[in-house]
Amino acid sequence: MTWLTPALLFLVTWISVYLQTGLIPMRVVLGAPPNILPAIVVYAAFTHGLGIVTTLTIVAGLWADSLSGSRLGTGVAPLFVLGFLLNTRQHLLLRDQRYAQFWLGFGGGIGVPLAHALILEMGGAEPAWGWFTLRQLLGLGLLNGIACPVAFIFFDQLRGTFEYQQAGPGPYATNREMKRGRT
Amino acid sequence: MFKRSHYIALAFCALVLLVLLNLPSGASSRLKLAVGGFFLPLFGLSTAAESFVDRASYQLLPRQTLISELRRLEADNARLRFHATQADDALAENNRIRTQLGLLPRGPWKPRPARIVGRDPSTWWRTMLIDYGSRDGAQVNQPVVTAEGLVGRIAVVAHSHSQVALVGDAACGVAVLIAETRDQGIIKGPQSTVESGALEMSTFQHSPQILAGHTVVTSGDGGIFPKGLPVGKIIDTHPANAGLFTTARVRLGANLNRLEEVWVLQQ
Repeated sequence: MTWLTPALLFLVTWISVYLQTGLIPMRVVLGAPPNILPAIVVYAAFTHGLGIVTTLTIVAGLWADSLSGSRLGTGVAPLFVLGFLLNTRQHLLLRDQRYAQFWLGFGGGIGVPLAHALILEMGGAEPAWGWFTLRQLLGLGLLNGIACPVAFIFFDQLRGTFEYQQAGPGPYATNREMKRGRT
Repeated sequence: MFKRSHYIALAFCALVLLVLLNLPSGASSRLKLAVGGFFLPLFGLSTAAESFVDRASYQLLPRQTLISELRRLEADNARLRFHATQADDALAENNRIRTQLGLLPRGPWKPRPARIVGRDPSTWWRTMLIDYGSRDGAQVNQPVVTAEGLVGRIAVVAHSHSQVALVGDAACGVAVLIAETRDQGIIKGPQSTVESGALEMSTFQHSPQILAGHTVVTSGDGGIFPKGLPVGKIIDTHPANAGLFTTARVRLGANLNRLEEVWVLQQ
């Protein structure tokens, strides 16, 4: 059942991109579309291989661009950079701590849209930003900060239910274990 | 520093981006429509759910309410038909005079209803999706309005839905004039005040006679929007560029945050 979590990850991403086009009350509170893609990418980067992370970020970026006014492909790079950096540096991060997950989601929620806007500006487009952008970014940061630990809890629960559990340490100390084969 | 798999992932992503960002505009739009097709099941599901809820709510409404609503609509319909007859006469007269003056006659616009099925998932654009596509006769640049005022123009057309660039988006500049003073100007995004339902309008010259409360309508220049569509009201004005121009804040007639249905104008 190792395919289940990646498949569900893509399904949740697909639905979350669709929900970004709606959820009007949340849009009014945040002042921006409820974009939780950075939180999903943070989770994927810590729990999946680089192949899945790369595919997910490319697909998610294309899906989001296809429904928006952005040129197709401009939303891919920020998500990929986030996923790539976290995946390659995951041994340096406190991935199991809830507050670390919050701050990673918070940072992703601010950094990804900001990087997207910079890419659009560099491409000659005129994204709508002003002082209200600060409120939007703060709202997106908080949303992703909350969504990130929730994603960890939700997907980990699911993994625990459907996937084989890793055998834990035995009752004996490791230095008492008999090693088989030539050493 | 990086493993081989890291370099492969980087190269793959860079290649995808290189191809996508260098596609010709037409091919990029077609690919965008194809990728957007992934969401058709969800849009269909959402529309079906909405119509189910609507039907269920009709079943629950008391008969007395429905009859009184029907009578009110019949009265409205009779009044509007009378106005429409008068407007048809005026249009015919206008076209006769335009022909005599050597001008092209002005064709009537046919409003087609459309429902909003989604809004832009990105923070940086003011667009929305409507359930009105090429199968219904949608074409790029058709104006989108409500009874309260201008909403925007169709920017991208797919088979079953279209993307509308709203007034205030960078892709939807509107040539306008002040109905009371006939001063001309332009509304073009992006504007920092778009969030509060107000946009910035720049006139082509210093126009101190523009006052708060004046009505802003489309000027018909630019060839996309017909002349005379209501846009909004002036909130306040201030001189710009050392008094060479006037900048005015305009409160839009249509509340873009609360739209549910719109009209697409077909010629």
